[in-house]
Amino acid sequence: MIFNYAAPQAFYPIAGRMIPWFGVAAAVLAVAGLYVAFLVAPTDATQGEAYRIIFIHVPAAWMSMFIYLVMAFWAAAGLVLNTRLSGMMASALAPTGAMFTFLALWTGSLWGKPTWGTWWAWDARMTSELILLFLYLGFIALKGAFADPQRADRAGAVLALLGAVNVPIIYFSVVWWNTLHQGASVSLTRAPSMAMTMLVGMLLMALAAWMYSIAVSLARLRRIIRAREGDAEWIRLSTGKRNPR
Amino acid sequence: MSWGSLNEFLDMGGYGLYVWGSYGMALLCVLIEVLFLKLKD
Repeated sequence: MIFNYAAPQAFYPIAGRMIPWFGVAAAVLAVAGLYVAFLVAPTDATQGEAYRIIFIHVPAAWMSMFIYLVMAFWAAAGLVLNTRLSGMMASALAPTGAMFTFLALWTGSLWGKPTWGTWWAWDARMTSELILLFLYLGFIALKGAFADPQRADRAGAVLALLGAVNVPIIYFSVVWWNTLHQGASVSLTRAPSMAMTMLVGMLLMALAAWMYSIAVSLARLRRIIRAREGDAEWIRLSTGKRNPR
Repeated sequence: MSWGSLNEFLDMGGYGLYVWGSYGMALLCVLIEVLFLKLKD
């Protein structure tokens, strides 16, 4: 059943119909999340108002790692199953993943300055997150370097899978090494070490980032499908243009 | 959380530059990504 939708021509219109829903969900969740972040959550006892960066920093950092894993999953699926859509999925995710990685680093830097007194430190958490940014950019550059999409997909998949090792390193870096960066505030195995309203705000923002990522990735996926299959009969019929590139 | 005035809200207890610098960059990134996708659509 899932393979019925694995063909680009079947997925193209479905993606088009899903984008507005995910876009609206992202906007609603972001408004709710920002409302909690700035108007409900209390001032932090030790960090004052600077801690409010958490509501953008943590969701961005979560998405940066999560998107990479999803990207690596599709890349691997493409290698194993040889489905055309998988490689396109991976390509569609990479720029958004890179964007969230950059935001995690940027907001972390702006948070580090007032709380630690430095914009940057070469500690394990920050260094491995910077490597993640380079992995995304390397993936995008590598795929762009091949004229043949199938070879680009295979080469990209190898890089994506090798780089996936970095994700658990980022996640556990604060446990394995003595880092300037603090440990996890939210874990599945114990109660969160923060006020309930802060947690709710963070989760709303994380959900907003998730919905946003799906919406823009689907939009980019449609663009990639058009570019790759632009000469095919079905895409001419569905867009009404001779060469919709 | 209750803010006395708009200025107090923008000042963020003296951390305005850091807090709004973070959210501003996030907004900028989202706008660029969405506009880029719209233009090419």
